[in-house]
Amino acid sequence: MMALFDIFRRTRMKSAAIAKDRLQIIVARERSTTRQAPWYLPQLQQELLQVIAKYEHIDVETVTVNLDTTDGAEVLELNIVLPEDSAPIRAPVIEMTSYPA
Amino acid sequence: MAKVVVITSGKGGVGKTTTAASFATGIASLGHKTVVIDFDVGLRNLDLVMGCERRVVYDLVNVIKKEAKLHQALIKDKRVDGLYVLPASQTRDKDALDLEGVGEVIEELKKKFEFIICDSPAGIERGAQLAMYFADEALVVTNPEVSSVRDSDRVLGLLDAKTYRAENNLEPIKCHLLLTRYNVKQVKKGEMLSVDDVLELLGIPFLGVIPESKYVLSASNAGTPVVLDDANEAGQGYLDVVSRFLGEDRPHRFLEEKKGFFKRLFGAN
Repeated sequence: MMALFDIFRRTRMKSAAIAKDRLQIIVARERSTTRQAPWYLPQLQQELLQVIAKYEHIDVETVTVNLDTTDGAEVLELNIVLPEDSAPIRAPVIEMTSYPA
Repeated sequence: MAKVVVITSGKGGVGKTTTAASFATGIASLGHKTVVIDFDVGLRNLDLVMGCERRVVYDLVNVIKKEAKLHQALIKDKRVDGLYVLPASQTRDKDALDLEGVGEVIEELKKKFEFIICDSPAGIERGAQLAMYFADEALVVTNPEVSSVRDSDRVLGLLDAKTYRAENNLEPIKCHLLLTRYNVKQVKKGEMLSVDDVLELLGIPFLGVIPESKYVLSASNAGTPVVLDDANEAGQGYLDVVSRFLGEDRPHRFLEEKKGFFKRLFGAN
């Protein structure tokens, strides 16, 4: 009998669980955008652009450099979209593991 | 060595001023000389919650502008020995506080008090940043609710970056989570974020919960910090929090539903 009630109960996700899921996503995103980026990030982006521009025609707007933190390890992500005539590629992730201060 | 503690949250209406009043009163009642400063310039309310609104003559801005001496602006609490209130001013001038002035006042207070409690205004603007700038520790007051948790996370980012300790590469501010307006019944039904949920999201040490209680309102109606009434759960919650903050190892309460008469009788869960 209880099992029958349980079926009805489980049809809808509990609102606290929804809240937690939504928060996990938004908090992670806001942390990555509001956290202070290292001083060298703009310079690094500039220099990488110069190197890539030697070999490919790229649009400055399509290059993004991100720094994420997962489980205490920092991941530097470089994302480049090549022009339409060549297939867009996702550059390999360069991993820089550092330890939290 | 005096300790500066900021009561902050980002979001308004979560219980910062209630917490500042009860936290300061609780610490003082355990024998530590304490001052609580209202940083909410233009919208002061700590004086009302502490019940000393009719005794305000000078305020924080007067002291910073050298229009009054610090001791003239400090209001001595009539209930608890060694407890003082430094009210905010009601001026509309938002720039009435400056970093240097606030720093000087806090330095002077450090000579006379063991604990300096800073009641932050809501938001993450100048006033809130000034309130947290000189802090050694922070009580992040959070409601188990999406907007409050998100704002608390933003405030934690500021505490990590825009403070004296951060800017001078000192040991970071020690942050504590205080979950207020906690309703165990709703948590058990899955309708409210639990302590564990919020801890997982924010990732800071847990100081305690204050159960949702009608006594918080009646205490502020009367101008008596709710911690002074230890017959109700909110007051007991604050007393636990204060004791834990001072280093006492107290078990957490109010995390389980109180069993009703029949449930106790029949031992049902």
